[in-house]
Amino acid sequence: MKMKDNILIVIFAAAILTMPIWGTAIGAGYPDLLQKFAIFGLFAIGFNILFGFTGYLSFGHAAFLGIGSYTALWSFKLLTMNAIPAVLFAILVSGIFALGIGYVALRRSGIYFSILTLAFAQMCYNLAYSVLTPITNGETGLQLTNDDARIFDTATATAEGLPSTELFGMSLTGYNGFYFCAIILIIGFYVSVRLYRSSFGLMLLAVKSNQNRLKYTGVNTKPYLLSAFVISGMYAGLAGALMVVIDPLAGAERMQWTASGEVVLMTILGGVGTLLGPFIGAVVIKYFENIFSAFNDVLLRQIFDFLPDFILNIWVPFTNLFVGKGWHLTLGLLFMIIVIFLPGGAMEGFRRIKDKFIKKDTAEAGGTE
Amino acid sequence: MTTLLTVEGVNKNFSGLKALDDVNLTIKEGSVHAIIGPNGAGKSTFLNCLVGRLIPDTGTVTYFGQGMPENLSGVTPHEINQKGISRVFQTPEVFEDLTLFENAMIPAMARADGSFKLNSWNRILGRGEIKDQAEHILEDVGLLEKRNITSGTLSRGDKRRLELAMCLVQDPKLLLLDEPTAGMARADTNNTIDLLKKIGEERGITKVIIEHDMHVVFSLATTVSVLARGHVIAEGTPMEMKGDARVQEAYLGGAHL
Repeated sequence: MKMKDNILIVIFAAAILTMPIWGTAIGAGYPDLLQKFAIFGLFAIGFNILFGFTGYLSFGHAAFLGIGSYTALWSFKLLTMNAIPAVLFAILVSGIFALGIGYVALRRSGIYFSILTLAFAQMCYNLAYSVLTPITNGETGLQLTNDDARIFDTATATAEGLPSTELFGMSLTGYNGFYFCAIILIIGFYVSVRLYRSSFGLMLLAVKSNQNRLKYTGVNTKPYLLSAFVISGMYAGLAGALMVVIDPLAGAERMQWTASGEVVLMTILGGVGTLLGPFIGAVVIKYFENIFSAFNDVLLRQIFDFLPDFILNIWVPFTNLFVGKGWHLTLGLLFMIIVIFLPGGAMEGFRRIKDKFIKKDTAEAGGTE
Repeated sequence: MTTLLTVEGVNKNFSGLKALDDVNLTIKEGSVHAIIGPNGAGKSTFLNCLVGRLIPDTGTVTYFGQGMPENLSGVTPHEINQKGISRVFQTPEVFEDLTLFENAMIPAMARADGSFKLNSWNRILGRGEIKDQAEHILEDVGLLEKRNITSGTLSRGDKRRLELAMCLVQDPKLLLLDEPTAGMARADTNNTIDLLKKIGEERGITKVIIEHDMHVVFSLATTVSVLARGHVIAEGTPMEMKGDARVQEAYLGGAHL
């Protein structure tokens, strides 16, 4: 088991680090998109620790994303442009928030838990949007200015323009930024695999499977759930911090419920409770978002040029609904297809394909029933 | 025999309906105590009061697991389990998504760790003593060869055995069984009786059994309480109960007292 996990981690790491190479082949070979893959992948992997392992569906994880972003940005503003303290503070602060929110929300389970987390996230969003304007800069969003204190950077401060984020002198723009995110993603993935295989992880799976039995087995489930909630909140905070490391700007819309919903979609699309699934879901969604939102009326006319005019005039406006800003329609369709035909997400699809090719495995599994 | 558990004057109402009406009961260490009675007599309610799922309206449940008397009313289910009381449900409750081995590991881990402790974080699955315990108990109930199967695919009888194994791996002082043979074929029932007997002899665990099947009761029980409409109407050995007119009436005539 351990050997298999190590191989999985090594392959994962290799795949991530070579992404700039193979990404080019699918038209994703530029840092902007690759960074998104890594950041949202990390967000989804962390979300999966709660939703996938324990079965508790949080609809408010974007709140921690936002909290992580604001914290990291304040670290850039007040302390230093170095990314390390920003990331650490973001993990810490989002963890503290997760502790508070989780403590209250975990008093309930099922749909009530989901609603409570959603309510908390909307509160955080509204606080960030209006009430806490001095901290979050409200609607405009928080950004770097030249008047920021940056008490540790005074020696190296340059006069011209805004400073960029850095890691001990190395600027974190472009591919540097991607590799920074990628390494954190690999660490995050490694931690999630270790958690999954630990006895702590087994307890979380037991909560998902039958919480009632677990209670009558002498286990107080609350601390386990709260730890899972805090850990996954920290992952979200970390992802939020990475967003700011890449692009030092934090807006309240990052905390909106649609963002919380997106990570749920990613996790389900990839495969809830699987180790790799959430990352795959994140990549698929971000990839299609990138491709489909780039299409427009003109491009569609070029593609369907071969059709007769009268069909073209109906077909292009119709397909136009599914691309550009309307790409969420496509996402919705994709999501429906996955949920109906592959409830286990992309990972279940892979398993089915694998089973088709390796008949022996299926025969063994079937024979034991 | 020393007393393991006493129940004194327990009452439980469900919005006006008297489910338990002044129930008094003493369970001796090492005994197998059967609670019988017609449907709706309050047997399951009684069991739920023992394990902390329900809190009695009045009365006390006192447990002498560590020698000292401990009041169990109002104590949470997981704490009661930690004191050494395990329970088998009427419909087997196992971790259906996990393998049999993992199913057996969890109670063993819970017993070893008490409850949540940070050291459980870095202990990787399948290490040392706990693993041995889990394997051993699966062997005892005859499920070891199925250790890597997901328990949701098991038959009902096997699930029951697994659930029993999960209780036994915790080495409880008191085992509560809620209709352990409900919905089983006679052959399965006999297997379960044999298993429970074997366990009784090997480990000397005190058991409380709720049962409809008189065959099971007479095979296993050392003492019997008859419950009807929330009252204990008779108590004694199985043989005494067999001839008791009140018991006959409760079962056949609808308990007019």
